[in-house]
Amino acid sequence: MSIEVRNIHKKFGAFKALDNVSLKVEHGELLALLGPSGSGKTSLLRIVAGLDFHDSGQVLFSGQDAREQKVKDRGVGFVFQHYALFRHMTVFDNIAFGLRVQPPHLRPSEQAVRAKVMELLKLIQLEWVVDRFPWQLSGGQRQRIALARALAVKPRVLLLDEPFGSLDAQVRKELRMWLRRFHDEAHITTLFVTHDQEEALEVADRIVVMNQGRIEQVGTPEDVYHNPANAFVLNFLGNVNFFHCRLAEGKAIIGETELEVPGLSVDQPKIAKLYVRPNQFKLSRGPGKGSSLKAIVEYLNPAGTLVKATLKTETGERIHVEITQEEYRQLKLVKLMPVFVSLKDVSYSEYVQTAG
Amino acid sequence: MNSRTEPQLVRYLLIGIALVFFGLFIVLPLSCVFFHAFSKGWLVYIKALQNPDAVSAMRLTIITALVAVPLNLVFGVAASWAIAKFDFKGRDLLLSLIDLPLSVSPVIAGLIFILIFGAQGFLGPWLIAHNVRIVFALPGIILATIFVTFPMVARELIPIMKSQGNEEEEAALTLGASGWKTFWMISVPNIRWGILYGIILCNARAMGEFGAVSVVSGHIRGLTNTLPLHIEILYNEYQSTAAFAAASILALLAIVTLIAKTVIEALIRRGRAS
Repeated sequence: MSIEVRNIHKKFGAFKALDNVSLKVEHGELLALLGPSGSGKTSLLRIVAGLDFHDSGQVLFSGQDAREQKVKDRGVGFVFQHYALFRHMTVFDNIAFGLRVQPPHLRPSEQAVRAKVMELLKLIQLEWVVDRFPWQLSGGQRQRIALARALAVKPRVLLLDEPFGSLDAQVRKELRMWLRRFHDEAHITTLFVTHDQEEALEVADRIVVMNQGRIEQVGTPEDVYHNPANAFVLNFLGNVNFFHCRLAEGKAIIGETELEVPGLSVDQPKIAKLYVRPNQFKLSRGPGKGSSLKAIVEYLNPAGTLVKATLKTETGERIHVEITQEEYRQLKLVKLMPVFVSLKDVSYSEYVQTAG
Repeated sequence: MNSRTEPQLVRYLLIGIALVFFGLFIVLPLSCVFFHAFSKGWLVYIKALQNPDAVSAMRLTIITALVAVPLNLVFGVAASWAIAKFDFKGRDLLLSLIDLPLSVSPVIAGLIFILIFGAQGFLGPWLIAHNVRIVFALPGIILATIFVTFPMVARELIPIMKSQGNEEEEAALTLGASGWKTFWMISVPNIRWGILYGIILCNARAMGEFGAVSVVSGHIRGLTNTLPLHIEILYNEYQSTAAFAAASILALLAIVTLIAKTVIEALIRRGRAS
């Protein structure tokens, strides 16, 4: 089932939670709503579920207005950040709940319920917890039970609100890969909310970046990462350094230093903000051919796939840099060592004004 | 224990003071009640309780509690449900109104009903013309009791419901449950101990209420005397053994209530720990 929202507005008192949001989720898509807290992503999810109501605009399920449909008739599976398992019921009763509350003519037999619950427990590899209560389970287990419970009623759409937000890093990684694999097999239209850019980039088919009740950009992970629509998206999707500078003919003039900017062409000099990701710098021990920024290594962390370093320029600005282990060994980088920084690439530049 | 900074002497002193107060103000009076009740032996005790006026007072007290407690339960669950789970205009006002009976003296609570339903009251002439008796009769006693016990159930449930939030109910709705089923299958089981606790407190207050009931009852012996009023009359008439025998019934109720309350609190704690 496809979901479409058109010109949704939602206010809580004076606070604009959603400000003219339009979005289409294709059938079978796995879409991430990504944004900082207060960006309206959870509000949007709850409106789609029917748990909250928009002030104006439309929500369409497969082209039909869902306004008149109650939550229970929408066929959405909703997974809450804090699981919301029924605390007085066993795992079995939790998962069976959706089947048992169906109207009599649709309700499966107790035998069929049992078969379905066991099938779902097998899917999430938790058959052995069937008779336990939620409080006897770990966070990761609870979240998988919550997923199984939502899937039991064969929802047409799966909505996940920060599903892995309160789990520790290791479990979070495992579960999101599991979700991706599950989605690849089941192809159920899925919308999930997250504030974790890594999670969104890794799992989603497309990402919707939200900020202050608006959609900033919609695109594939590759798209939003490499071609950010604006500085907010760029900032939100990973670390970035930024410089105030003058741009002129393939060069960025930062303070007294001229840096070559590959691929840059400006017809006339401009004042700009230059955004550079940590891996877009080249470091060298000597000044090299072109001009480069002189800096000293202030902080160094070689533990990891990439070596992270913080450099301090002569003007006192700090640059966060990531280089490969190989480069690190070649440079024989140590703390307080002077290095020369040049640009391999630039993520994004924002023109502030034309320089005279 | 050794990590405590207070020296042993201070600890024993504090515990000692607490025990002395406890003994003086709680254990001693309570045992006095039973001591006086049985001071003339079992036979007198039993006889005092079998007195028609005493039986009638007990019956009236039980009837009052049987009507007031269920009504308060329904109101308490509905009000706390509304206050804890929804945000609406006037919510804070409703919350303060629920507390009103706790802050108003019971005598004033009784007077309110006299002023409304009494012969000189607001609705009095109409009631007399239609031969409906409210004050100095059972309806007045029940109304006054409901008024003073009003907050008991709601006050227990509001914090429990607030701390539990709405998520489980929302989950039930997304799973296809109707509002009614959600209420019975999710909300009620989650507050069952709170409900029971509220009922116990409400019942204790309903049976023990003196002030408000005293104003509206008219003290008609064998007709509108509840157990607390009956005790007062007996005592004023120097029938102290009979008075204490009746009082021992109320005291017993208090003790049973206390035990039930402790058990339920332990169960709530266990439920919360899980």
